[in-house]
Amino acid sequence: MLVPDNLLFTKDHEWAKIEGDNATIGITDFAQSSLGDITFIDLPKIGLVFKQFGLCATVESVKAASDVYSPLSGEVIKVNEELAIHPELVNKSAYESGWFAVVKITDLKEKDNLMDAKKYREYAEGLSK
Amino acid sequence: MVENTSLKATPLINKHKSLGAKLAPFGGWLMPIQYSGIIEEHNWTRHSAGLFDICHMGEFEVEVSIDKSNLHNLVTVNLKDMPKGACRYGFMLNEDGGIIDDLVVYRIAQSKWMIVVNAATTNSDEEHLRKHLDSGTRLKNISGLLGKLDLQGPESKKVIDELTGANVVLEYYNFGYYTLLGEKVIISRTGYTGELGYELYMPNEKISQLWDKILMDKRVKPIGLGARDTLRLEMGYSLYGQDIDRKTSPLEAGLGSFINWDKDFTGKSALLKQKESGLGRRVICFIAGSRRSPRHNYRISYKGKDIGAVTSGSFSPSLGVGIGMGYVEDEISMGEEIILTENAVSIPAKVVKKPFYKDGSVKYKEIKNACAG
Repeated sequence: MLVPDNLLFTKDHEWAKIEGDNATIGITDFAQSSLGDITFIDLPKIGLVFKQFGLCATVESVKAASDVYSPLSGEVIKVNEELAIHPELVNKSAYESGWFAVVKITDLKEKDNLMDAKKYREYAEGLSK
Repeated sequence: MVENTSLKATPLINKHKSLGAKLAPFGGWLMPIQYSGIIEEHNWTRHSAGLFDICHMGEFEVEVSIDKSNLHNLVTVNLKDMPKGACRYGFMLNEDGGIIDDLVVYRIAQSKWMIVVNAATTNSDEEHLRKHLDSGTRLKNISGLLGKLDLQGPESKKVIDELTGANVVLEYYNFGYYTLLGEKVIISRTGYTGELGYELYMPNEKISQLWDKILMDKRVKPIGLGARDTLRLEMGYSLYGQDIDRKTSPLEAGLGSFINWDKDFTGKSALLKQKESGLGRRVICFIAGSRRSPRHNYRISYKGKDIGAVTSGSFSPSLGVGIGMGYVEDEISMGEEIILTENAVSIPAKVVKKPFYKDGSVKYKEIKNACAG
């Protein structure tokens, strides 16, 4: 299971990479592996504003549809258009080319509600036992 | 991995675990859902050959002279005109014409039959048969003794020929006896994928050995129930418990062509009544306008009116869009636009004819008398 050290994580298996005022978000390697082949992603529209842990996207795999929650409050300023045609990028590269969106962070203090890589690794390993 | 001890496991469970399969409950059994991934397995079956563990399905052996038995009337299949070596798809119905189970009947000998039924309904089917069969009929539930593997895909004939050392010439829905691992076993030209394929019945003790032997062929990969579901849905085949059940008649399910009207069977008068007075609900198949998949229980609306619900829906790996089937109250023509909805999700779709996937090798014809030159 891939868990990059420089990211923050939610218990619903989303990740956030904070760079200045912005955060890139996506779902974790654990999430893509549990979902299996991802076939469709309903991405948020640019300009939408989310609360932390608010519903921000839907991911469909062959077997099921799952909700994705925003790790931080913020406004969507960019989405990964490539995923419309190639949702399988999330399976191939959950943390790089499989990113979902970039949000302009409303409240940086919210990052205290997220797990660091070490905590998330322990958490996800506990689930897969 | 969560394991539920009340679930049954096939003799191949440890094989699946060592292949790294994702396991999940299906019909009371812990079954492999996927190995490498549903889409990859799906495509492999469409283009090469896939091996499926189908040991969970039920089999009954029935011994009776058909002229003296009501077995003939318990199923919609015409057993009397079936030649030895043929198998036929049909139903066991209740008095209301509802489907107790869909099944395949094999004529093993003049007075011997094998009935293959769904896993989740095996016990209730046995009860139904025992309750209604006349006393002279010998019924044996052999599900616990007999394993079943499906080998499906355009390359499956080459694989099966090498495996048996024979030229396996079987017309669609026929079977023969072949020697495998020293056992004389039934191989039928049947399946649930829309591809050329075979179903192999082998005693449980040797099923692991057969599984390993077939997988040594590099044209073959193990395929889970996830891809089995997308493969069958692309053909518009119904899944018992999901698309058809005791409250659904074969006519409503669009499966009237599997009814033999020349004979009597339980449920026939109810079906005739349905034919006469028209169907209250009927199955439709539809293709979504995008990669978004309809799912079980999504509502179906037509011109702003709610007309029914989705029973099966999935992403179609072969077509690259969402596909599905469901039941509607109103008659609706091919090509009409419908909307599939659940909460905020709204998927435009078009009513189409089954099968969704039209390039399957299932229609492969054996050439028996090839002319020279």
